[in-house]
Amino acid sequence: MAKNSARDIEVTAFATHHVITQPNPLRKVLRRVEGKDLDDPVGRAEQALAGLSGEFKDWMVTEVNRLSAAYVAIRNDGFAKDRRDELFRAAHDIKGDAATFGYPAAAGIAESLCRVIEHAPDLEKVPAELFTHHINAILAIVHENTKLDSISVSAELSRRLRKVADDYLAHVNRDRPEHLEVILAPGIVPVE
Amino acid sequence: MFRIDFNKLRFLVCDDNPHMRRILRTLLHSFGAREVYEAEDGATALEMYSHYVPDIVITDWAMPIFDGLELAQMIRQPESKGNPYAPIIMLTGHSEKRRVTVARDAGVTEFLAKPISAKGLYQRILNVVASPRPFIKTKTYFGPDRRRNTSSAYMGPERRVGEKHEVLQQPSLLDKARSSI
Repeated sequence: MAKNSARDIEVTAFATHHVITQPNPLRKVLRRVEGKDLDDPVGRAEQALAGLSGEFKDWMVTEVNRLSAAYVAIRNDGFAKDRRDELFRAAHDIKGDAATFGYPAAAGIAESLCRVIEHAPDLEKVPAELFTHHINAILAIVHENTKLDSISVSAELSRRLRKVADDYLAHVNRDRPEHLEVILAPGIVPVE
Repeated sequence: MFRIDFNKLRFLVCDDNPHMRRILRTLLHSFGAREVYEAEDGATALEMYSHYVPDIVITDWAMPIFDGLELAQMIRQPESKGNPYAPIIMLTGHSEKRRVTVARDAGVTEFLAKPISAKGLYQRILNVVASPRPFIKTKTYFGPDRRRNTSSAYMGPERRVGEKHEVLQQPSLLDKARSSI
């Protein structure tokens, strides 16, 4: 239903560009609600998400196993592009998903790992401990997260690993100002 | 106040991660959507885009072979036989300012930084349904108007010349990405 016919599309030409306007093709799905509206689609969706939460731990275990496997492959066979990309995607997925799954500190550590993979000029020269500490920390958080006293430890671990990774990246990129600028720029999502 | 009849909308979700697809499907169905098509990579999504003609595309960025950015660029082909105007919501773990800019320049309509929330997703969908922006075509860009703020002081090389559509009072993509946190 989303497409207007060509005759509905109006093109106005200017010196450097064209502005293309058309009637809103999705206007028919908008419904004005008068008075008190009891429908709460966001609340309904939050409830549905909460209904999935019983599966989050298993999902998270799957994600960290994928990350571990990606690093084992690199340790065995080196940083070929496909192996490097898989390690990045595995870390990147944890960065994006872990907070939703209830592991915000793991998301912060995965973000730190992503930054190392993305900004280290030569991955072969990155100390292996920098990778293993990140991966082991994520594994530990996922396995220990049910213990209340481990939450603050997880957050502290996340902060420290990020500091170590950032110090390393700042050092190895000291002659690459364009990378340094990106590394030091604040993200739009706060670090855990 | 406006509500969206989600049951009249067709969604295409593209994410290589099955867990995130499940979450998106759950959220969209809870909003009331019935038609949610799923692809696990950009190439499949492009095929499904042509076949199902979705109203709204929700895509991840980092995917193997053919990523979400390339998918957006392929959809935003003004001469293509398909619909180059469909709203594209990029849902991604990338959270750097430069990434938002790159996504914007690929023709992405809305940017939603993970972790995902029901409210953030609903707001992005409401934005693209209720407040579509005109499309701009230049030598190097085809996509929704990228300017959401007025800057009369800007005199740089990217300033458009001689037009009346300069002022569109909408929050910037970056501000909206931040506000979802």
